Amino acid sequence: MAAVLESLLREEVSVAAAVRWIARSAQSSEDDPGEAAALSSLRPLRKEFVPFLLNFLREQSSRVLPQGPPTPAKAPGSSAALPGRPGGPPRGGRGARSQLFPPTELSSAAAAEAPSARRGGRRRGPGPGRERGGRGPGGLEEGVGGESQPWTGGRRSRGAGSPGSPSLVRSDPPNLSNLEEFPPVGSVPPGPAGTKPSRRINPTPVSEERSLSKPKTCFTSPPINCVPSSQPSVLDTSPWGHGLPPGCRSLQEEREMLRKERSKQLQQSPSTTCPTSELGPPLPSWSGNLTAESADPARVSSRQRLELIALVYSSCIAENLVPNLFLELFFVLQLLTARRMVATKDGDLEPSPGAPDSLESPLFQSVHDCVFFAVQVLERQFQVLSYLDKGTLKLLAENERLLCFSPALQGRLRAAYEGSVAKVSLAMPPSAQAVSFQPETDNRANFSSDRAFHTFKKQRDVFFEVLREWEDRHEEPGWDFEKGLGSRIRAMMGQLSAACSHSHFVRLFQKQLLQMCQSPGGTGGTVLGEAPDVLSMLGADKLGRLRRLQERLVAPQSSGGPCPPPTFPGCQGFFRDFILSASSFQFNQHLMDSLSLKIRELNSLALPQPEPSDEDGESDVDWQGERRQFAMVLLSLRLLAKFLGFVAFLPYRGPEPPPTRELQDSILALRSQVPPALDVRALLQQGLRARRAVLTVPWLVEFLSLADHIVPLLDYYRSIFSVLLHLHRSLVLSKESEGEMCFLNKLLLLAVLGWLFQIPTVPEDLFFLEEGQLDALEVDTVASELGLDGMPVVDQHLLYTCCPYIGELRKLLASWVSGSSARSGGFVRKITPTTTTGLGAQPPRTSQGLQAQLAQAFFHNQPPSLRRTVEFVAERIGSNCVKHIKATLVADLVRQAESLLQEQLVTQGQDGGDPAQLLEILCSQLCPHGAQALTQGREFCQKKSPGAVRALLPEETPAAVLSSAENIAVGLATEKACTWLSANITALIRREVKAAVSRTLRAQGPEAAARGERRGCSRACEHHAPLPSHLISEIKDVLSLAVGPRDPEEGVSLDHLEQLLGQLGQTLQCRQFLCPPAEQHLAKCSVDLASLLVADHIPVLGPPSPRGLERGQARRLLHVLLSLWKDDFQVPVPLQLLLSPRNVGLLADTRPREWDLLLFLLRELVEKGLMGRTEIEACLGSLRDAQWPKDFSEELATLFRLFLAEPHMPEPQLRACELVQTNRGTVLAQS
Amino acid sequence: MILTKAQYDEIAQCLVSVPPTRQSLRKLKQRFPSQSQATLLSIFSQEYQKHIKRTHAKHHTSEAIESYYQRYLNGVGRNGAAPVLLELANEVDYAPSLMARIILERFLQEHEETPPSKSVINSMLRDPSQIPDGVLANQVYQCIVNDCCYGPLVDCIKHAIGHEHEVLLRDMLLEKNLSFLDEDQLRAKGYDKTPDFILQVPVVMLCPLAVEGHIIHWIESKASFGDECSHHAYLHDQFWSYWNRFGPGLVIYWYGFIQELDCNRERGILLKACFPTDIVTLCHSVA
Repeated sequence: MAAVLESLLREEVSVAAAVRWIARSAQSSEDDPGEAAALSSLRPLRKEFVPFLLNFLREQSSRVLPQGPPTPAKAPGSSAALPGRPGGPPRGGRGARSQLFPPTELSSAAAAEAPSARRGGRRRGPGPGRERGGRGPGGLEEGVGGESQPWTGGRRSRGAGSPGSPSLVRSDPPNLSNLEEFPPVGSVPPGPAGTKPSRRINPTPVSEERSLSKPKTCFTSPPINCVPSSQPSVLDTSPWGHGLPPGCRSLQEEREMLRKERSKQLQQSPSTTCPTSELGPPLPSWSGNLTAESADPARVSSRQRLELIALVYSSCIAENLVPNLFLELFFVLQLLTARRMVATKDGDLEPSPGAPDSLESPLFQSVHDCVFFAVQVLERQFQVLSYLDKGTLKLLAENERLLCFSPALQGRLRAAYEGSVAKVSLAMPPSAQAVSFQPETDNRANFSSDRAFHTFKKQRDVFFEVLREWEDRHEEPGWDFEKGLGSRIRAMMGQLSAACSHSHFVRLFQKQLLQMCQSPGGTGGTVLGEAPDVLSMLGADKLGRLRRLQERLVAPQSSGGPCPPPTFPGCQGFFRDFILSASSFQFNQHLMDSLSLKIRELNSLALPQPEPSDEDGESDVDWQGERRQFAMVLLSLRLLAKFLGFVAFLPYRGPEPPPTRELQDSILALRSQVPPALDVRALLQQGLRARRAVLTVPWLVEFLSLADHIVPLLDYYRSIFSVLLHLHRSLVLSKESEGEMCFLNKLLLLAVLGWLFQIPTVPEDLFFLEEGQLDALEVDTVASELGLDGMPVVDQHLLYTCCPYIGELRKLLASWVSGSSARSGGFVRKITPTTTTGLGAQPPRTSQGLQAQLAQAFFHNQPPSLRRTVEFVAERIGSNCVKHIKATLVADLVRQAESLLQEQLVTQGQDGGDPAQLLEILCSQLCPHGAQALTQGREFCQKKSPGAVRALLPEETPAAVLSSAENIAVGLATEKACTWLSANITALIRREVKAAVSRTLRAQGPEAAARGERRGCSRACEHHAPLPSHLISEIKDVLSLAVGPRDPEEGVSLDHLEQLLGQLGQTLQCRQFLCPPAEQHLAKCSVDLASLLVADHIPVLGPPSPRGLERGQARRLLHVLLSLWKDDFQVPVPLQLLLSPRNVGLLADTRPREWDLLLFLLRELVEKGLMGRTEIEACLGSLRDAQWPKDFSEELATLFRLFLAEPHMPEPQLRACELVQTNRGTVLAQS
Repeated sequence: MILTKAQYDEIAQCLVSVPPTRQSLRKLKQRFPSQSQATLLSIFSQEYQKHIKRTHAKHHTSEAIESYYQRYLNGVGRNGAAPVLLELANEVDYAPSLMARIILERFLQEHEETPPSKSVINSMLRDPSQIPDGVLANQVYQCIVNDCCYGPLVDCIKHAIGHEHEVLLRDMLLEKNLSFLDEDQLRAKGYDKTPDFILQVPVVMLCPLAVEGHIIHWIESKASFGDECSHHAYLHDQFWSYWNRFGPGLVIYWYGFIQELDCNRERGILLKACFPTDIVTLCHSVA
């Protein structure tokens, strides 16, 4: 490898040829024969070049970037102290220098001894950096960060343990055998800026949200080919882990270089594991010396060499030969912002005059070199830079080093910054509302039984209760999801017995997931940098948000470096933990089914069609809508796919890959016969064919990011990775031609793919080794010239939303500016893409016959809004048509059914016979009428659709277009309605008739009589009558006074009694507030009151003391009651209670007993027709059966005879009775 | 009448071990003349119910029942016209209507071959004339008309009050031209949980001190005072369930509530003691 670089440096080979050579396996005709010859000898190394180059650059920069840029989260101090710090900032790593990297000192030494070891070996030696951190409590992560991790590449672990990312190791016990942390006494403690050559610093996410990942095990590129592997790696023969090409092993240059490196390191450090510098100058204290060296273009050493390598490097980036574009940019920006060079040997600081252009001398000899190199690369990446957010552009444009080294680039960046306009914003709906109840899907008819319905009712409530509790408490320290909610969730899931209940619950779960997590705000994490988030937080007053804000301020670093592992930020964490805690096989299966269906549905959704770009104003408005729709669909898909991946691979996820080859083989054999949860390969191929990669790939990446270690080894998924690699390579940003993908679309795909290639479960060497199998990908994109890919559907906001890690670039630059949190808010992130590609023809996507094709063709040349309008109208009218039929035809049939049923009941008696049989008879008569539904439905659609289309289309729509649109809408609506009706009308009629039958039969029941017909208020009524509740309460008070016990001075005034009865009359006339139970109680109370009046039991207030009522007064009140009973009560009044033994018995207590009022009352009841004589006679008869005192019985018998003796009760006789009022003897004598 | 927790506690403190009679109510009104009668009655009733729930079990042991029954028999043996049952209830600090039920049940057990069914007992309590023993009938009736917290009459009054306030609320909604679905309509459509009203078009209620208003999708009318105990029960059984299905909404406690309970506004459950006046409808006009 070095040979290639050398020959480049010696100008034996041109950069262009070299890049061509790297990019393509075959030689190109453009190649100079001499160059070709020079390169062909190195052919076996071709694949190795890029990883070599990347590692070489990292290697070379090691003295500049040992600890990366200072970030506020990073505590200054010696590295030795850092690893053990228990409370280190959780994300405090310097977030950068990622992973790339060469072997440790130890391993390089070992490598020198065993150079033939397989490249990319995964066994790591007992080197430093065993510590692993970042194990969050979240489910996925469990076990991931275990103590023994034989599978993990040494490179990774080293990264995790390097002092540059202290946070990683915070929770692990100190490792006393670690010389790095506990150096031998007497040695100089290695400063973080020290000579420790480990440069693989992984920004380590240490938070519960970043579960799933191994702590910082993302990789960037394989190490140079000398990582030792004493044990054979299981991957050695796997298709993804080829051994090193044989030519490489014998390469003398490589060995030479390694030896030099090693000796250099050995000189620097007394022991292999404790690379402190004895010979070098005292280490600059990192904490004490934050100021950066100034960089001077004039002091750059070996310009030519740097230029050349920058060119090669840039070309590799441009050709997408590097796995992750943004990671390289990050690295370059690190070089740009390097603070100072760590001096090693004096000699190193001087360019070696003898071999200025060879690899013998360090590439970066000073900060000036680094900055020079960085600027060189940045100049060539301007196009990408210009698409970054405004904040990053501003920071770049204001970077004094950049200005100093390349005023031209600075000028272009400034122009890009000034020209960037915020135009498109994603107006996401507010999240966190509950999924609403929809009768169509949620009411009783959708459940198999009442029990299932009510169970689900409860489950919905439990689910939201759990969700609310999570919202309130998940940020509390010490709160644990499983402990807090686990048992409740499992209890709830346990009730979901029927499959139908599972599907209901899954629907609820999925809807809520989409509702809460789809919008970036719902993810809870910083998506676009601090500023907007902080603002939105300040606007809110929720305690939790304030707490989050506080955390953010204390630990500003948030996003976990340029390659964070997959996480479930914010609300997503709830859903993940819910799935884990539920641990229900049925639930997971239903969830996967449902997610797959929704993914398919959204993935195939017809999204924006090409719009003629010349109608600027209007189309711009439309485009905002299109973009928003695209963004919504894309974000939903990503979310769903992530959860699908999570659930689908959950059973297979383990902390580590299988430890032995045999085990892996057997697992592979097993797994290869399991069909995928969703045929993502087919969807990917369809997506590529339809040129919808920009929609399909981002969600596929989310799905794959949650795969387990075995997945990439399975044939099925291997072929997917193969396609993705090919796609990645093909997305050359500089190619901008007709039919090419839009720039930001490409950038999005590059970003997500680059990220995927860093996921721990994706084999690290996959990117560089997978080649030559591209035939697997026979994607025929010729068929469609222009799908979504060619349309500017991705805007900057969406890019940053999907790939928040791009924001790390800005953070890096910002930390350079201030060394602390000088982030000024207000980044404007939205730039309207300037690319609008030409629009081609869209072939018909379906083949539903000629008409459908014609309709498609018709829409082709119309604005997309027309199509949407027509489809929308058709959809709505079709749906309304069904409702219309239900309200008219079906309702008529139900009425017929009711009258038929009434007839039936009349002829067959009250009973009517067996309800089921009745229903059958009715249905057989009525269902044939359902056939009319189709005719009526057609008429309805015919009538309603055109008007709706006309109202929704612009007025200038040409008449012909309008009428075609109307006809298509009519056709589509009719088709929709008739399809539904013909399939369902009979069932619908049946259901409605059944409901009517049970209603009618119920109405025959005993309660029906009580309901009866009721009168309402009179028209003039203003509803000012006293409230029934008040009256009952008042009457109750009178009754309680009358029944006692009472204080001597207590009583009722006559006025009050009269007033009360007056109010009762008003209340009974105004029916506004009266409900039957209240009226029934009023009736009963009024009867009780009458009985008390008759028995003279009501204590009337008045001078001198409470006494009985006068007869006349009592009779007047009874008159009022009689007329209320007769005219105003609409419920039956229990008048027979007047003659109940208890009420009549009240008379027994009074002495002398006065019977005249009772007799009066009885006569009046008969007179007014309130009670029949016979009824009264029956009551009196039964009274005699009761046990009374002897004298009372006698008097009662007399009353009875008296009442019977007067068959017809004319008025005068009443008077006669009155005349004898007080004299019992007289009354009795008369009889 | 919105009370602070402290104000509420002061009232509740006065209600400890007060029998549920009209005399007690009269005294309570004199003690807190500034509070509305309805609010006081509602608080009294709820506090008393809490008290009864706590002590219910001890009155239902077979020993207790036997001893009450014997005391009753002895009492009416001496004088059937005296308020034996009512005084017994007051003496042992139990609700008169519930004491009547205990004695009635015991009486029927003794006099009927089969143990009395619940519906028979309820029916006799509603209409004591059906009680075969005249003396007991009078005693039971006396207990019922003198009990202001339990019994069929009180139940009816509470039900009527609830109904009346729903009607009132409906009138207000109609008056404001807010279209809604009521409980019956919702039930007919098959909703599993039914607030009193769902607004077909949500409104925003403005609050004097808050910048933002509160969205209201549904309204529930509660003709009682919102104390901690009942509010939490309602939250669990009703309000959160409504929120889970229909989003944020409004609860009107017509007889007031404890101010501190109105803490879920941000979450979407808003408490008021009357119909809100400052409502904004979708067309941005102040209703």
